[in-house]
Amino acid sequence: MICATRSQIGGYVGSLLNAGSVGFVVIAVLVLTAAGFVLVRGRAVASVSGDARRLHSLPNYYGYFAGMMVAVPALLLTALWMLIQPMVIQNTVIDLIPADMVAEGSSVNLVMSDVRRVADGLDVAVAQGAMTADAAAALEADQTDVRALLADVGVALGSDVAAPVLEAAQKYRVMTARGTGTMAFVVLALAILGLIAAMWMSTGNFRARNMVERGVLVLLMLAASLAILTTVGIVLSMLFESMNFFRMHPWTDFFFGGKWAPNFRGDSDLSILPLLWGTMYISVIALLVAVPIGLFSAIYLSEYASSSVRSFAKPLLEILAGIPTIVYGLFALLTVGPFLVNVFGRGDNGLLGVEWMSGATAVLTAGLVMGIMLIPFVSSLSDDIINAVPQSLRDGSFGLGATHSETVRQVVLPAALPGIVGAILLAASRAIGETMIVVLGAGAIARFSANPLEAMTTITTRIVSQLTGDTNFASPETLVAFALGLTLFVLTLGLNVLALYIVRKYREQYE
Amino acid sequence: MKDAVSWENDVTTNTVKIAARDVQVHYGDTHAIKDVNVDIEDKTVTAFIGPSGCGKSTFLRCINRMNDTIDVCRVTGDIRIDGEDIYDRKVDPVQLRAKVGMVFQKPNPFPKSIYDNVAYGPRIHGLARNKADLDDIVERALKRGAIWDEVKDRLQAPGTGLSGGQQQRLCIARAVATEPEVLLMDEPCSALDPIATAQVEELIDELRQNYSVVIVTHSMQQAARVSQRTAFFHLGNLVEFGDTDKIFTAPEDPRTESYITGRIG
Amino acid sequence: MTDMPIENAGAAPAPRKGSLLEQDARTRKRNRAEARFKAYGILAIAMGLLMLVILLTTIVGRGTGAFQQTFLTVEVELLEEKLDKKGNRDLADIKKVSTFGYAPLMRAALEAKVAEIGFETDLKSKEMAALLSKSAAADLRNFVLENPDMIGETVEFKFLAQSRVDGYLKERVTRASIANDKNISAAQLDLVDALVAEGSLQKQFNLAFITGADASDQRPEAAGMGVSMIGSLFMMLVVLVLALPIGVAASIYLEEFAPKNWITDIIEVNIANLAAVPSIVFGILGLAVFINYMHLPNSAPLVGGLVLTLMTLPTIIISTRASLKAVPPSIRDAALGVGASKMQSVFHHVLPLAAPGILTGTIIGLAQALGETAPLLLIGMVGFIASNAPETIGEGLMSPNSAMPAQIYEWAKRADPAFYERAWGGIIILLVFLITMNAIAVMLRRRFERRW
Repeated sequence: MICATRSQIGGYVGSLLNAGSVGFVVIAVLVLTAAGFVLVRGRAVASVSGDARRLHSLPNYYGYFAGMMVAVPALLLTALWMLIQPMVIQNTVIDLIPADMVAEGSSVNLVMSDVRRVADGLDVAVAQGAMTADAAAALEADQTDVRALLADVGVALGSDVAAPVLEAAQKYRVMTARGTGTMAFVVLALAILGLIAAMWMSTGNFRARNMVERGVLVLLMLAASLAILTTVGIVLSMLFESMNFFRMHPWTDFFFGGKWAPNFRGDSDLSILPLLWGTMYISVIALLVAVPIGLFSAIYLSEYASSSVRSFAKPLLEILAGIPTIVYGLFALLTVGPFLVNVFGRGDNGLLGVEWMSGATAVLTAGLVMGIMLIPFVSSLSDDIINAVPQSLRDGSFGLGATHSETVRQVVLPAALPGIVGAILLAASRAIGETMIVVLGAGAIARFSANPLEAMTTITTRIVSQLTGDTNFASPETLVAFALGLTLFVLTLGLNVLALYIVRKYREQYE
Repeated sequence: MKDAVSWENDVTTNTVKIAARDVQVHYGDTHAIKDVNVDIEDKTVTAFIGPSGCGKSTFLRCINRMNDTIDVCRVTGDIRIDGEDIYDRKVDPVQLRAKVGMVFQKPNPFPKSIYDNVAYGPRIHGLARNKADLDDIVERALKRGAIWDEVKDRLQAPGTGLSGGQQQRLCIARAVATEPEVLLMDEPCSALDPIATAQVEELIDELRQNYSVVIVTHSMQQAARVSQRTAFFHLGNLVEFGDTDKIFTAPEDPRTESYITGRIG
Repeated sequence: MTDMPIENAGAAPAPRKGSLLEQDARTRKRNRAEARFKAYGILAIAMGLLMLVILLTTIVGRGTGAFQQTFLTVEVELLEEKLDKKGNRDLADIKKVSTFGYAPLMRAALEAKVAEIGFETDLKSKEMAALLSKSAAADLRNFVLENPDMIGETVEFKFLAQSRVDGYLKERVTRASIANDKNISAAQLDLVDALVAEGSLQKQFNLAFITGADASDQRPEAAGMGVSMIGSLFMMLVVLVLALPIGVAASIYLEEFAPKNWITDIIEVNIANLAAVPSIVFGILGLAVFINYMHLPNSAPLVGGLVLTLMTLPTIIISTRASLKAVPPSIRDAALGVGASKMQSVFHHVLPLAAPGILTGTIIGLAQALGETAPLLLIGMVGFIASNAPETIGEGLMSPNSAMPAQIYEWAKRADPAFYERAWGGIIILLVFLITMNAIAVMLRRRFERRW
């Protein structure tokens, strides 16, 4: 079995060797588009014997129309083809692999990546002239040392190539080549058809501008629906891999087990609960730091501060929001952590003379730093929300003889409460999904503990650690990351939807 | 300008409650109120009339120092309530506003229950010794606001759920609950329909028994209906001040006459 | 009591008497509460600003060291019998001499140097040469390969000193801290002191930190940000080329053309939510879709750019819509009034007027993408990846590379104070980029701000 890891595969341009022919198709389509523009524009102008005023639309619109007819269907088909072709090929090729090979402690995906690798290697060999295309297609695993052959052209394989894999790789190459060839033909035919149709339609009375505008509108709509596509992509990509995970690992352990102990020899305990505990603990500490400081800053800035103080302090606080999280992560690991160790963990040499903390990474470290990061987030959201409270309510309160703080505490804050709750929920969602600070500052030990000076771990840190380095997408230890990601997504999505709903309702109340 | 103010023919014999002398107000570079002198009597409704932007609301807001909340606003001159200079450094605007209540143009009930709206003032000023006391104060204020019968069964309902006219009467009740001596009303009916306006006007007339009421209004008819004394403001000046009947029947200043006959405004 | 007549209800209250000129006890108490409340506000802001100051001083204090590096100047005799035995200056032959072949030259050079300054020591020549970076021999070899005709001559060279020596000059390493350090000994430090006194060992500005590539974890002194900067640049190119047109198109649709129906609602809700989805989720998406499904190359800036595009789009859409909304309807009406179609009014009039706002939003979106780390970890843009700058645009997009924030993370993980210093220095470079971008955005906003 070839031990193919992601980092090895990544070194190769992979299926993009095909990109050459795809690039050719795209360029051909673009050339046709330009030709269409000139031809159709000319034809439209000629159809009214050169008097452009008699055309329905400006001459250029006929050109745009032609461009649209040529390029849009052709390029869309290209994109669609490239998405679907790998799927079809994989489904065909996989039948060539005997089932017992897959069962040998591996998975379909793993075997497929071997197949692709060999196929790519053969491509490289042919491209470098080490062998002819026919020779590559005629290779037999029991007659040639494929591994040595590929090593000569710079493609290193982990082990010898099994016959079915080589056969599948050859099939893969043939199908890919045939598929790409067919695509080139179909796409170019489509482009030419579009050109002919545009030529035929573009006479003086043709309403080219309206057609172009309708086409542009469709493009605009497609751009807008990319948001839906992204969400669907996120959900589907994580859902499929999560389902794979739950096929290998009992869901009861994931949701209700009490231990997180991945073991790459198998038989791991993979429960989300200890990670969830760490995530929540850190988030709560972060909110305990960020909410009072952020809220009081917002109150002071919007209620008390003179405009000069406001114009100076507000942008400064917002710098904190613009600093990348990796900076906060480093700050946690190298500054705040050691400082806390100095206070709590140095025994008699420390500030408090206690020895409660053993390392710089701890729940408190990550929580404090995340709190600092969230201060401007809470404060600018609350600032907006407090400013949305109508001045008439403040006047009413002042008119009754309330002091400013009484007005804020008893009138403004209660009126702004839903909005502020929304802001805090958004901040909580941020805290739960934050990655770099916890990766560097929280530690890697999954446990249930109430001691904030201990290292704990979170959902996001485990996603990073399970998906970086050498990963095997057939093992539950890797796939669990997708289940974690899905849980994280659902959790933050719920918080966001709720928070956005509350904030929106709140704004409507005062509009 | 002082000459223009008419001081004669007091119909009432009430004592002077508020005395303003040489009051000037600046908003940044704008001179909003120029040299205003006026004596406002106790247990009387005094109306401030004049075209938009003439300074009548600004002057009203000087009387309980609401202008303090606006950064660029500067007030000079002398305003005395019961002989005490309210712009004295020793005066706390918080205490002043408890004594001089205010009702605003747009009804502005707090997003709290009807009960809590009215109880707000008494609570912050510590007027009630206990819950029963507070209940009494709230009930008395709502009755004086002429809204008790409409809300007595739903005191815990939100104040924002009332109709516009009810909200404004609630705001009046809220202002009355702190037991002020002066009530300032800034166009209290401008956001209300005619029926609600009539109710509020009736209420203002009743309030006269106990308070000195100052009302800013756009409507000359309203001024004529509810007030005993009227002051006409124009471009930051107090043009004429006197008995309402006299202002509306025999104004002395030509500007006043132009305004009430509708030629300026 | 419910039927009390109005007149009764209007009975005169008992007015509180008391001069306005005296504050009663309750007012004094309330004013104290007021002062306390205000103080909390000031305290909160002071805390926030204090954190900012601590953060920035930490970054500057710890990071500036990375821009200076310790170099040792020595004269090396490029012996012909070691480098080019045949003496024919044939590059192919010279290339056969590996870096190991250069080590004796360096040892000899160090020995000569020590003799020259008259320093008495028991150190062997190998230990002397250990003061130099492990990359010194490779540097020398590169020089010789570029200038083969210099063989046989004596050349003055400036070699990187190894990280412990560098740390000693920067006071990061002390004689006390090296007790158990096998990389350097007290005797070597004595030699360092002598060389510093003589002037041939000194700190100076290190351009290679800004322009160079990452180095293996044995050679912190040779690591630089340059190649990861190029990685970031290519990612930003992808983000700009994709996110700007798509974001503007989507915003135009939603702001100007979208009918009020459930599909539009779904799109709006989606955009609002995507703006708040944790960035690591986009990383998972990128891994699953672009790498595992589409088989784009691992660690490629193209993939990073695609992921960051999806992540940045909501930000760009939100700010673009705001600038479109700020263009008053009268402009659209004027265009429609002279017979332009809706599409023409938008593209000819509204869009140019909104352009500065769109650009500002895009720059801020790019700045956000530039600092993002988490998704890059999942698509493999972290680790000791690229040691050479890409040569073509295609290679820049496709060949494995890191990015600035990921490079900083990589150094932070290596748990060596010398690399920590580089991580902080990398942050300074990253922040310089971010500050510049934000400053441009602010300037654009000021310059083109329009009040309608």
